[in-house]
Amino acid sequence: MKIVLCVKQVPDTSDIKWTENNTIQREGLESIINPYDVYAIEAALKLKRSYNDIEITALTMGPFQAVDMLKKIIAIGVDNAILLSDKKFAAADTYATGKTIGTAIREQVSNFDLIICGQFAIDGDTAQTGPSIANTLNLPQVTYVQEILNYENNTITVKRELDDGTEIVKVTLPALICVLKDYFEPTRAKINGIIKAQNTEIRTLGFDDLTLNAEDVGLKGSPTYVSKAFRPAPKEVECKLCENCQELAEKIKICGGLND
Amino acid sequence: MTKEILIFAEVTRDNYIHTVFFELANKAQELANKLENAEVNALLISKPGLAEEYKEAFINSGINKIYSIEDLRFETYCTDYFAKAAIDVIKEVKPEILLIGATNQGRDLAPRISTALHTGLTADCTGLDINEKGQLAATRPTFGGQLMATILCKNMPQMASVRPKVFKPAEKDIIKPTEIIYKKVDLENIPRCVELLEFQKKLTNSINELDSAEIIVAGGRGLKNTEGFALLKEFAKKIGAAVGASRVAVEMGLASHEMQIGQTGKTVTPKLYIACGISGAIQHTIGMDKAEKIIAINNDPNAPIFEIADYGMVGDAFEILPELIKYSFKTDM
Ligand SMILES: Cc1cc2nc3c(=O)[nH]c(=O)nc-3n(C[C@H](O)[C@H](O)[C@H](O)COP(=O)(O)OP(=O)(O)OC[C@H]3O[C@@H](n4cnc5c(N)ncnc54)[C@H](O)[C@@H]3O)c2cc1C
Ligand SMILES: Nc1ncnc2c1ncn2[C@@H]1O[C@H](COP(=O)(O)O)[C@@H](O)[C@H]1O
Repeated sequence: MKIVLCVKQVPDTSDIKWTENNTIQREGLESIINPYDVYAIEAALKLKRSYNDIEITALTMGPFQAVDMLKKIIAIGVDNAILLSDKKFAAADTYATGKTIGTAIREQVSNFDLIICGQFAIDGDTAQTGPSIANTLNLPQVTYVQEILNYENNTITVKRELDDGTEIVKVTLPALICVLKDYFEPTRAKINGIIKAQNTEIRTLGFDDLTLNAEDVGLKGSPTYVSKAFRPAPKEVECKLCENCQELAEKIKICGGLND
Repeated sequence: MTKEILIFAEVTRDNYIHTVFFELANKAQELANKLENAEVNALLISKPGLAEEYKEAFINSGINKIYSIEDLRFETYCTDYFAKAAIDVIKEVKPEILLIGATNQGRDLAPRISTALHTGLTADCTGLDINEKGQLAATRPTFGGQLMATILCKNMPQMASVRPKVFKPAEKDIIKPTEIIYKKVDLENIPRCVELLEFQKKLTNSINELDSAEIIVAGGRGLKNTEGFALLKEFAKKIGAAVGASRVAVEMGLASHEMQIGQTGKTVTPKLYIACGISGAIQHTIGMDKAEKIIAINNDPNAPIFEIADYGMVGDAFEILPELIKYSFKTDM
């Protein structure tokens, strides 16, 4: 089975600093691998540990510095990696991103069976790119996948975690899944993995390597655009501190409609 | 030609119209008034008979037309069939705006529709408006809630998804002479690649029904261990509250993932939210700061949770909770 793993580098949103003009200070902003994509990597590695002949290609679209992230992913067991990087791809929304990544997979990864995405990226948090790639490639999709249970006869069976319960779903490959998971112990790089990563050449592709029109990619290819960005207004409340539990209990009664 | 705002009327697994539809219907009336009195219409993809069964509810929520596509194959949600049906009808009716609830189903379906129609989709909006040029101005949090962005879309329909409970349903009925328009779609050439083998309904009891709870008591790392959470649950039971948790509490194994509130958990809007041993990180507060009242219990007077709380008490939750449990509240059994 050939797996394509879509991973995104995102700014660490827990560590944001502001400029004087209330915009996000982008310089010095730490980049991390999107936490949900770590689950995607784990899902792929688990398949690789459980079945023979699994080849995993990680793919990211982003600035050239994303090479470092891809090397780290190779160090923990992914076979090879593709970086889609071009000025023309910049400022793409999820529609243009889905189209660019979908086209790259179609043209550059022959006979893939499974595409694994994270459910969301924490910067945009749209959960749209996966389905958008699936649509571009005309593939069936399964979102909210918590676990891949089984792989046989060109199908995979997965567990979906939804608000109202759990679904067990079987999907015929090729297909795309978006993964979500609670908590797990991430795989750590071993020394031979690190050596392999150092020696692996990351395949870097730009606009000219793909059959796309300039109107289809980046800002031009994006139907949506940001008209305004601003800092959310802080809630105008003054917290009244209670001195003792008696007082606190009274407040809970009033606010919760629990007066006798 | 009359402009149309189309709302996807999600049908839940037990064949109800999802509440988020009524919230969107109410918001859409406001948008329609700013958009040359556009029509507010619904798109209903369901098993046969539902449009007729729920007509009354649509009449009362100000819907002009229900575009209904009925087929036995729509009994349970499946991406390919629903996307095909929605896309065919949208191509025909050409709405200006398409709104979808950002539920599991909506988030699965919406990007398929937008990509197929070559249009944009703004996810999880917290504000919708019509700007001076008559465009949909969709506002949403980005960067983990630290930045708000207003997003416009240059293609049609302008699509937006909205999480449940972000908007309120209408307080009183907005009655319209709703008309059902049946549409047919051809599903013959759509391969069914995804097969549902099994569904296990989540067992709910009042303790974890965060979505509908009037009062939520939530615990974080400050509750330290299972004893801490047991105290929290006892207090919650006493006042008839649901129990929520921060992500750290979930990661520590003190609470299950369904109980997690915040960016990667649930968004809740209770009347009262009581945060115990939760610091108030932005990723947490984004999921609860729309509660009517917030009360915080934390031993650190500088914890950011006090910045958004209405009332608070600085102290050890292991001392405060047992005290609180002793007071009598109306729901005492
Ligand atoms: C991408 C991303 C997504 C995230 N999504 C979520 C999410 O959905 N939900 C979420 O909650 N978090 C989320 N987080 C994590 C979030 O950033 C915080 O780390 C988390 O909310 C902190 O949990 P906490 O308040 O329980 O723990 P802490 O921040 O450690 O706070 C514990 C608090 O308890 C207080 N305390 C300690 N002992 C006591 C005591 N005896 N009595 C009273 N108070 C005490 C301390 O003073 C402290 O304020 C996310 C993070 C990232 C990066
Ligand atoms: N630039 C990108 N490169 C590779 N994968 C991406 C990119 N953007 C999004 N994805 C994938 O799509 C998922 C959802 O992202 P988003 O739609 O931005 O919430 C991520 O978890 C990734 O798997």
